[in-house]
Amino acid sequence: MEFLRDPISFIGNWLEGLLLGWKMAPSAATALIQLLGAFIVGTFSLALVIFTIWVERKLYARIQDRLGPNRVGPWGIFQTFPDMIKIFTKEYITPDGADKVVYNLAPILTVSAVILLWAVIPFARTVVGSDVNVGVLYIVAVGAIGTLGIIMAGWSSNNKYALFGAFRTISQMVSYEVPMVLALLVPVLLGRTMGINSLVEAQTVWFAVLSPLAALLFFFSAQAEIGRAPFDLLEAESELVAGYQTEYSGLKFGMFYVGEFLHAFTVSALTASLFLGGWRGPGAEQWPILGMAYFFVKTFIVYFFVIVLRITMPRLRIDQMLNFNWKFLTPVALVLLIATALVEKGLQLVGQDSMVLRTVVHLGMNLLIVWGTVEILRRSARKERQRVSEPRPVAIAPQTQASD
Amino acid sequence: MDPLQIIFFIFAVITLVAAFLVVTAKSLVHSALWLILALFGVAVLYVLLDAGFFAAAQVLIYIGAIAILFIFAVMLTRKDLRDAGSQQNGTWPLAAVLAVVLFAGLFFILSSWSSFGMPKPDMPAGANALSDLGLALVSANAYLLPFELASVLLVAAMIGAIYVSLIKK
Amino acid sequence: MIPLSWYLLFAAALFCIGLFGVLSRKNAVAILMGIELMLNAVNVNLIAFWRYLAPAGIAGQAFAIMVFAVAAAEVAVGLALIISVYRRRDTVAADEIDMLKW
Repeated sequence: MEFLRDPISFIGNWLEGLLLGWKMAPSAATALIQLLGAFIVGTFSLALVIFTIWVERKLYARIQDRLGPNRVGPWGIFQTFPDMIKIFTKEYITPDGADKVVYNLAPILTVSAVILLWAVIPFARTVVGSDVNVGVLYIVAVGAIGTLGIIMAGWSSNNKYALFGAFRTISQMVSYEVPMVLALLVPVLLGRTMGINSLVEAQTVWFAVLSPLAALLFFFSAQAEIGRAPFDLLEAESELVAGYQTEYSGLKFGMFYVGEFLHAFTVSALTASLFLGGWRGPGAEQWPILGMAYFFVKTFIVYFFVIVLRITMPRLRIDQMLNFNWKFLTPVALVLLIATALVEKGLQLVGQDSMVLRTVVHLGMNLLIVWGTVEILRRSARKERQRVSEPRPVAIAPQTQASD
Repeated sequence: MDPLQIIFFIFAVITLVAAFLVVTAKSLVHSALWLILALFGVAVLYVLLDAGFFAAAQVLIYIGAIAILFIFAVMLTRKDLRDAGSQQNGTWPLAAVLAVVLFAGLFFILSSWSSFGMPKPDMPAGANALSDLGLALVSANAYLLPFELASVLLVAAMIGAIYVSLIKK
Repeated sequence: MIPLSWYLLFAAALFCIGLFGVLSRKNAVAILMGIELMLNAVNVNLIAFWRYLAPAGIAGQAFAIMVFAVAAAEVAVGLALIISVYRRRDTVAADEIDMLKW
């Protein structure tokens, strides 16, 4: 029964008892169990990718009115395994003049930056890798390491198209970090803490209900941050060959590929934790295993939306993408952050503590900002329409004299 | 030699070796990459000093932004794709002597200070360094003014950097 | 236990390496890298002193945050200046940027 209630902690305690019974020093036993935990979290996230790649390919295919993988196993579940074997056995072709150490280090850095994120995501109330009290800051910092891996990949390939692709990728990722961090600060303001497990515990009302605009902002900037459609011009096969990944083959390319899919899933897990209440649900406090179930259900729902967004929207050009960031997302994020801070302080000064009032006020403020933004966009669109619909001068060919 | 001391040794040596390679590497991009390793080593030392917030801020600010700026600047300011010749200018022996003399001088002055070898005191009970810092940065009789000035400085730097590097038609 | 002296000596060594970099490198960007090392050494010193001498106070931490902000601002403006100089003079070697106009 205890095992059913909380399997991970049960196994951890049992292992610790076993090691102490073998007369191991307590600090060494704790260190060993933590090392084992880190190994399990990393491997689990990579194993999850095998499943999510199948989910994505099947959904992609069905929306495009075709079948998707359906040969290897029932409904093609095992399709990822032959793909993995194919990538493992491909030859590594290192370009001439490439910087060997940097070239080999780049995919490792990119994948590590994603797996490191799994250390702070809480699966249940008692199942979290490492509950640092600066979890949100840790997330942003680790995301910055990913950009480093990409620029190392682009530069060390000794290929100017890879370098250009890396520059474009970096400019996109660094630009979209700004609204992402600003949107991440809204749950920090609402939950009064930066640790992710504490934020999940503070969500008696989901933050997506308290501040839907912040959830949407985080969701969209995170899509651009990980290079997912419609912001996926970084891997636009028809434009830059394969961008910064051009010169990579075999498992090195496989690591980039896996890193990208894992990043999409990780960002869905983060959205679910920070905005949709994470492992919260009826009965999740007493039964951590229920908490894990809720967490995964919410993550897969968000991941479903990520996939649908990828399939249904056309790709943005780089100038459209940067305009969208700097002229739309960042001002809205700034206004939202300032308004949320003012409302929180106002509620604190007035002394109101009831959750219902807080929800109503924050929701109202969000809808006000959305309405204001839509009005501004509508006016500028009307001005643009008027400018375009004015009669334009038409060139008339000069009448030539008919002469002979 | 307890585990914390071992960790300190390892990362201090890594950081110092990386810093030395920063200032002596032939290729500038390698210099930038060694700088990233040195900055990361300093972040680990912050964790050893119970300043987890500063470790995360170090990785975020230095490695996530400043190091990438350095790499971009190196790539945008090279005439051809290879670095030619030595990267040290003519006065490097004098600079080395000066650095060693400075280190010896600092060591000498510090070692005659009474608390030089003091052990680490425990954190005062109930102290939450993170929230204390946050409150101090916004309270008017603590560090509000430097905080606001720092934000004005950052905005000025942002505008200045954009303006200086605009290509004027 | 790690005595304070280890941190101070480490910071002094990092500072001196940064100083060597500033004084002996040709490329202006490399000089800026040396300056970054020096700023990091100063930050380590500040945080070590905060932790060992006044862990209940805030002064060391606040000072360190200011140094973070100033370092970021300085690198941004410095690199923008270097890129602008490169566009005019086609060189970033510090020895060759020594005349205002020729």
